[in-house]
Amino acid sequence: MKRKFFAYPYIVWMILFIAVPMLFIFYYAFNVDGTWTTERFLSTISDKDTWSVLWRSIVMAFETTAICLLLGYPIAYILSNMKKSVAGFISILFFVPMWMNFVLRTYAWSAIIEYAIPDLFHVENTLTDLPGGKTIAVLLVMVYDFLPFMIMPLYNTLSKMDKSLIEASRDLGADGLTTFLRVVLPLSVPGIVSGITMVFVPSITAFTVPELIGNGDYSLYGNKIEQAFKSGNISGYSVGSTLSIVLLILVIISTVIMNRFDKDKEGGSIL
Amino acid sequence: MKKWLCLLLAAVMLLGLAACEKKGRDSDKENNAETVEPAPEPSGDDDGIFADGDQYSFIGGELNVLNWGEYIDPELIEIFEKETGVTVNYIEMTSNEEMLIKMRSSDSSYDLCFPSDYIIEQMIREDMLQPLDYSKIPNVKNIDPKMTEITNVFDPGNKYSVPYMWGTVGILYNTKKVDDPVTSWGILWNEKYAGKIWMYDSVRDTIGITLKYLGYDLNTRSEAEVAAARDKLIEQAPLRKGFGTDNMKTSMVNGKAAIAVIYSGDAFACIEENPDLAYVVPEEGSNVWFDNVIIPKSAQNIEAAHAFINFLNDGKIAARNTEYICYSTPNKAAMDRLDAYFTENETYNPPAEVLARCEVFHDLGDFVEVFNAAWSKIKSSN
Amino acid sequence: MKQIASFFRKFLKGFGSISRIVWKQIKGPMKYFYLGLMILFLYLPIIYLIIYSFNVFPANRRGVISYKNLGKWNGFTFDNYGKVFTNKTKEAVLLTLEIAFASSIVATILGTAAAIGIMLMKKRTRTAVLSVSQLPMVNPDLVTGITFMMLFEFVSMLLAKLGGARVNDFLRLMIAHISFSVPYVIFSVTPRLKQSSDMLYEAALDLGCSPLKALWKAVIPDIMPGITSGFIMALTMSLDDFVVSYFATDKLQTLSVLIYADTAHGNIGVNPALATIIFIPLVAMLVGVNVRRLAKEREYEIQNKKVKMKKV
Repeated sequence: MKRKFFAYPYIVWMILFIAVPMLFIFYYAFNVDGTWTTERFLSTISDKDTWSVLWRSIVMAFETTAICLLLGYPIAYILSNMKKSVAGFISILFFVPMWMNFVLRTYAWSAIIEYAIPDLFHVENTLTDLPGGKTIAVLLVMVYDFLPFMIMPLYNTLSKMDKSLIEASRDLGADGLTTFLRVVLPLSVPGIVSGITMVFVPSITAFTVPELIGNGDYSLYGNKIEQAFKSGNISGYSVGSTLSIVLLILVIISTVIMNRFDKDKEGGSIL
Repeated sequence: MKKWLCLLLAAVMLLGLAACEKKGRDSDKENNAETVEPAPEPSGDDDGIFADGDQYSFIGGELNVLNWGEYIDPELIEIFEKETGVTVNYIEMTSNEEMLIKMRSSDSSYDLCFPSDYIIEQMIREDMLQPLDYSKIPNVKNIDPKMTEITNVFDPGNKYSVPYMWGTVGILYNTKKVDDPVTSWGILWNEKYAGKIWMYDSVRDTIGITLKYLGYDLNTRSEAEVAAARDKLIEQAPLRKGFGTDNMKTSMVNGKAAIAVIYSGDAFACIEENPDLAYVVPEEGSNVWFDNVIIPKSAQNIEAAHAFINFLNDGKIAARNTEYICYSTPNKAAMDRLDAYFTENETYNPPAEVLARCEVFHDLGDFVEVFNAAWSKIKSSN
Repeated sequence: MKQIASFFRKFLKGFGSISRIVWKQIKGPMKYFYLGLMILFLYLPIIYLIIYSFNVFPANRRGVISYKNLGKWNGFTFDNYGKVFTNKTKEAVLLTLEIAFASSIVATILGTAAAIGIMLMKKRTRTAVLSVSQLPMVNPDLVTGITFMMLFEFVSMLLAKLGGARVNDFLRLMIAHISFSVPYVIFSVTPRLKQSSDMLYEAALDLGCSPLKALWKAVIPDIMPGITSGFIMALTMSLDDFVVSYFATDKLQTLSVLIYADTAHGNIGVNPALATIIFIPLVAMLVGVNVRRLAKEREYEIQNKKVKMKKV
């Protein structure tokens, strides 16, 4: 028996449960009640609302990623410069929340924003009551939820970095800032890239955080897809499928772009 | 490492065992228990559980019930299970549309559902329901004929459904926070209460009351009118606290919000917990709704489904249920058992002139897509 | 004019050196302050839930308790812990664990076998298979969940036409969870396989082992660390999943789905004691693993030192 055959069960599985289900999206996007048509697809694509919500989600994902990077990089950097044994322990502290149920963490924030803060500080309005406040609240919680996912790859890359390179740079007369900009930062690019991939893509499609934190009154692209599928009429399936196709294209583009930066394929990015 | 894997395997096997055991043992327990302790027996005038001394024979099997959250007294399920030997699987959902999806999916195996009026009309149109066998539901005699007259509108001859609960849609407001008179839907657009207004997370209800506010028909089929309502609701975006369902109740009770569009039954329950709250059905008119119990075509345990409908319509059981849920019962025998606390309350038992300005939702057919498209825009306006 | 300029230059220089000295002094404390602040940020909601798990939550007339009101402190109690496991949560927790362990075991077997097979494929086929198997990792889980929902509906429709059987919810969740965790297993096992030499397998064959036995006795033990980490990845993915389960399931609720239903639309919220109960063993486990690792490192260091000493 050839060992190659060991892969066959999974290949069958893949076709049945990964490839075939993907076809359904295309089926529902172009098929209404058994007839093939591009009408629904085009009407969804040409809807201004689709693109404005998509744009809002991209902006939100971009902001989330940028803030996570700004907050997370110093953390990973400080940790990587600590004594191995201490850093190991403190880094665990940063990763524990990642293991806790995602929905539960988000719920805790919604309870804090809606009930705890106004009661403890005796303020009348919660953050989500204020105009534009829902955006800020959603951003805050998204940063919270994704921050560990940014720190982890950054820490992995930075702690594996050859410290003698930094010493060499110092010896050659570069000051701290130059060393950081010229040596540390370029060497940590794989970590940055995989950190961005781990935060950016999931935050484009997030629908739990906006739904829970925005009191059901704040929609990102993920919410739009969810609403379409849960709207109760069959046309919702074609709208939702169309929106999913747009999303898939976007994700593939951003993955390809990210891979350009990650020449060594060291990070977690794929395709 | 090997030891570790063995341990894991053992854990999995144990879990499997526990699951099997659980399925055996839990069959006589109810599924939905956020309650603390069994409440004391309701003010019973006679000893039996049932008003008419009904006897149920053993039926057995499973009964899959799809219902709204907090929409039945969990003890009643226990009683029913004990009487008939049926295991009730009680599944909750949060919107009529969700119920429609669950029932439409071809592998749905629900035996009983509690959808609202316009959804029942649609289900009848789509041939999803089973005609009821009234010989198995003798307790249907308890239903108030005035109610069946209204439900007749969406279920001609009441062939497919029996009324379960009913009520109105109105405004619940905090009298300590709202100093303007609340008589019109217009208060929902009052900037004084910015960030303190809850709307209901349901297409038909929210767009419906806006149509009423603008003076249009609740069941309009005019795209221009729906568009006007949509724009009005988009304009409201910065004033809204959110779109809620059950989750707005705690918020209202704790005074975190000032105004909420809400069903009368929920309003009653909230006022009970916070006397500062008050409920009004605005002058422009509103929606009167019915949640009826139906048996889908795909139901498996039809015998148990009929028995459960009959059980729910027993005067005493229905009274207990309405006391628990706080929604108005269409059951006359139950109404006779309730004390003035319920019957003389205008939220629970609205006077005729309020009902006169309320309409029932109708199935809109394909026009519902216009509503859904508008709804999608409203939901992303904040 | 020149004087002023030079004064300024001197001033700036002085300021620069002073600030550099000050920075050196506070750099250490600043670092710890920043780390502390971030840890506080990450733990704030968790600590908050733990504190409020000891709060008294009053029941209303019907005995229904709303746990959402997390701002008012009504007194200290352990009662919430007694009420954590209602039948609903008990079932959800059991289901989540069952699905997590069962699906990770299947995924580990499937993924390890696949990795072994894929390694021996021609380069072209290998790339093709690997890129398709990456799909669930790249795909947003929202889309994955929706495709499963549509697949199961379709299959059920077929089954209904054939004779009324339906796709069991447990099976739905199993299939979904296995599908999204297999790639993680493959990607943990493959690097190990690359490191492990094929000689071992060949040697076992030469020594008279059947191919299966050779694999079992020679290859598997060699790649065990990869398999274990793949299993743990699969377990983590399954335990943490919400979106895919939310769409794939019909009636059964995993813990995430239950929490979402209770919080997003429910009046009741989640008993904060549940959060504590989930959180404490997690911390204990991770800290335990870490302490053991530290101890090992320590041992290793000591041994190294001993070796060095001997050499000296």
